[in-house]
Amino acid sequence: MTGHADVIVIGAGIVGSACARACAAQGLKTLVLDAAGVGGGATAAGMGHIVVMDDSPAQLALTRRSQQLWEGISAELPADVEFERRGTLWVAVDEEEMHEVRRKQAVYAAAGVRTEVLDARAVAGAEPELRPGLAGALLAPADAVLYPPAAAAWLLQQAVSLGAERLGPQRVAAAARGEVRMEDGSKLCARWIVNACGVGATQLLPELPIRKRRGHLVITDRYPGFVHHQLVELGYLKSAHAVADESAAFNVQPRQTGQILIGSSREFGAEDTEINRSLLAAMLRRAEIYLPRIGRLRAIRAWTGFRAATPDKLPLIGPWPEDGSLMLATGHEGLGITTSLATGELVAAEITGIRPGIAAEPYLPARFLNGSPAASEQLLFGEAAYD
Amino acid sequence: MTQTFDILVIGAGPAGVAAATAAAEGGLRVGVVDDNPSTGGQIWRRGAASPAAARRWMEQFESAAITRLMGWQVIDCLRLGPDGGVLRAEGNTPGGEAADLHFRRLILATGARERFLPFPGWTLPNVMGAGGLDAMVRGGLPIEAKRVVVAGTGPLLLAVAAHLKERGAQVMAICEQASPAQMAPLGWALLRQPSKLRQGMGYRWTTRKTPYLTRCWPLAALAESSVGESDGQNSQPRLRSVRLQREGRQWTVECDYLACGFHLIPNTELAALLGCAMRDGFIVTDEQMQTSMPGVWCAGEPTSIGGVECSLLEGQIAGLAAAGKTGAALALSKRRAGMQAFVEALERACRLDPRLRDLAAEETIVCRCEDVRMAALRGRSDGRDAKLHTRCGMGPCQGRICGGATEFLFGWRAGQVRPPLYPALVSSLMEEEAAGSVAGGAEYAVSEGIENV
Repeated sequence: MTGHADVIVIGAGIVGSACARACAAQGLKTLVLDAAGVGGGATAAGMGHIVVMDDSPAQLALTRRSQQLWEGISAELPADVEFERRGTLWVAVDEEEMHEVRRKQAVYAAAGVRTEVLDARAVAGAEPELRPGLAGALLAPADAVLYPPAAAAWLLQQAVSLGAERLGPQRVAAAARGEVRMEDGSKLCARWIVNACGVGATQLLPELPIRKRRGHLVITDRYPGFVHHQLVELGYLKSAHAVADESAAFNVQPRQTGQILIGSSREFGAEDTEINRSLLAAMLRRAEIYLPRIGRLRAIRAWTGFRAATPDKLPLIGPWPEDGSLMLATGHEGLGITTSLATGELVAAEITGIRPGIAAEPYLPARFLNGSPAASEQLLFGEAAYD
Repeated sequence: MTQTFDILVIGAGPAGVAAATAAAEGGLRVGVVDDNPSTGGQIWRRGAASPAAARRWMEQFESAAITRLMGWQVIDCLRLGPDGGVLRAEGNTPGGEAADLHFRRLILATGARERFLPFPGWTLPNVMGAGGLDAMVRGGLPIEAKRVVVAGTGPLLLAVAAHLKERGAQVMAICEQASPAQMAPLGWALLRQPSKLRQGMGYRWTTRKTPYLTRCWPLAALAESSVGESDGQNSQPRLRSVRLQREGRQWTVECDYLACGFHLIPNTELAALLGCAMRDGFIVTDEQMQTSMPGVWCAGEPTSIGGVECSLLEGQIAGLAAAGKTGAALALSKRRAGMQAFVEALERACRLDPRLRDLAAEETIVCRCEDVRMAALRGRSDGRDAKLHTRCGMGPCQGRICGGATEFLFGWRAGQVRPPLYPALVSSLMEEEAAGSVAGGAEYAVSEGIENV
């Protein structure tokens, strides 16, 4: 087996693959391990929405940087990644939400993100299937959609072509102090170990402040042109469902295949992959409020996945202070597809000491080691909305 | 819509018909759901020249007080507990109405489907399932004077060939992939089942002028315009001939139809959704046909491929047992043990020759819904990995067609079963469970007749 590596990335989801690519690009000798195929966890379960979000300045910086990085490689992406600059339409139902549209536009403008305010008429023109009587929308034209498993596979393939090595599927039993031990007893050593296991990160490091937040998605048969943009309710950010343990919001995506992805739901405390029927039903009814004819489409599959949620809605990117060899790249909740690229950049910058595109501080895992983590977790989980 | 039953039977083929008829004798409220517009299942379609036994069963079934929900497809199980549960079904109507079917006890008689194997040209028009072509002919497809090659494996081939012949088709060849040695135990088992033997001999007599070739299979279906280039994507290429192979010899037979079926795959998706234990792809039951889930019975092909008689017997056992008539169910289950030899012989006779794995060329389509070719599937670690990275099995058939092929080709097993079990209107998944009490309540007065099992 391969001797001493600079970096071992555990997890070949989109985040792990992006980290491997970024490390290999810096000339680091990189190994990638995964228990199963590429992008089979949250990467496969998610929508694949490249979106700039403004829940917090740190989230805005991370998503904005990532979107630019995606834009930068968009011409290289192979066809199966299905990258399409669809744009996000943040739909406002009333005047109150139109105020939010204008506030959001100002925040985005300050960050250099161009958006466009659509009035009621313009929204109806842009998306005829939306119900009449909406107040308007904010269009973020640079947002995109893609097919995440293929994107992860491409990033990993890029890493390999830059010299990274992918080892066959095997389960990691432990990873600490520069040593990774497999379940079969074999060991690998490296200066750095990157834990990019999504919700599985706590299996290797139980003290991480990560909780599973289950989500549901439904995909329909092919209905090309039914919707054109990623459609998200603006109430997504402010409504009560963000506080509840279980909530559904309107979030619909047109796929390149003509299929429609219908989301989304959030649930804490659900550990299995079963479909929660009443939540699924609530999610679809929510979509029907915005798209009255969506009930007539044929659904061909529904599934669930787990987001890795942190107390403050920001990922854990950077060194774990308790172990000088451990680097974290997890806790991306519902934004891992977008933020994978900036995460890779931050991880590679931390390892090599080069300057990253954005400040690393807001995402450093050390932020959870001040004071009582349990107390802050309780305080912070269950706060406002995100993803 | 909501309907409430003491016993709900899923599937109106022989097993479901027998189960419902047996269960209804005690005056229980029995319902039968089937996605087909007519009863009888794949094997006894209405209008077909059915054997006398089938007619007798159908007459009993039709005259019994049974609610028949034909043209309804079960898309989900909303709830299942020891006292019963709720299934959601969608009507096969333009409006696509949804119904919640409450039951105290459930009998699964979901039957089986044909296994298809990919070979060059298998996606050409007029290359179809053996049972599929048979059903289309029963449904009115003109077959007189058409040249048909029947290929694959299993007793269905002979039955289909005989029926097509009766309808005036020119059956060019019956190609059975199995070897004579492999099929010998089936012959011995048939000697103990005179009715089956008579039936089989009758089929062979009807098709006596057609060569019945063992260890023979199609290498490629060839299109009219492009000989040798059989996966042709030209505008509507038509089937012209089939290239056959038998023990190193290859030859071409001109034909209008190629009817292919590589035996049967049990329909176990609903059982899997309910959590019923499975072994080797079949539902595990006790001698009264009860599954590992209390209150859920299973009969017919999902438990083992044993033919119509076996399905009828299992259906009766399940129906009696679900109705609480344990003694009668156990008495019948002794007869079932006697059929085991046939089931095992049939399984052996239909075991697929490993060389059939080499039929698909690199560019042969394996997943028809998503046009996934063989080359894309090689090297994938499992079925889920293949699905995520090639879209194999992601289409509207939900892997029902390609799943049987990829299981044989690569050993991939189907993943977790989730609702909807079949493509369903979004509106059918939108509704909360319709009210209705499963246990107790005045509407269940009649159900007190169910003894505790």
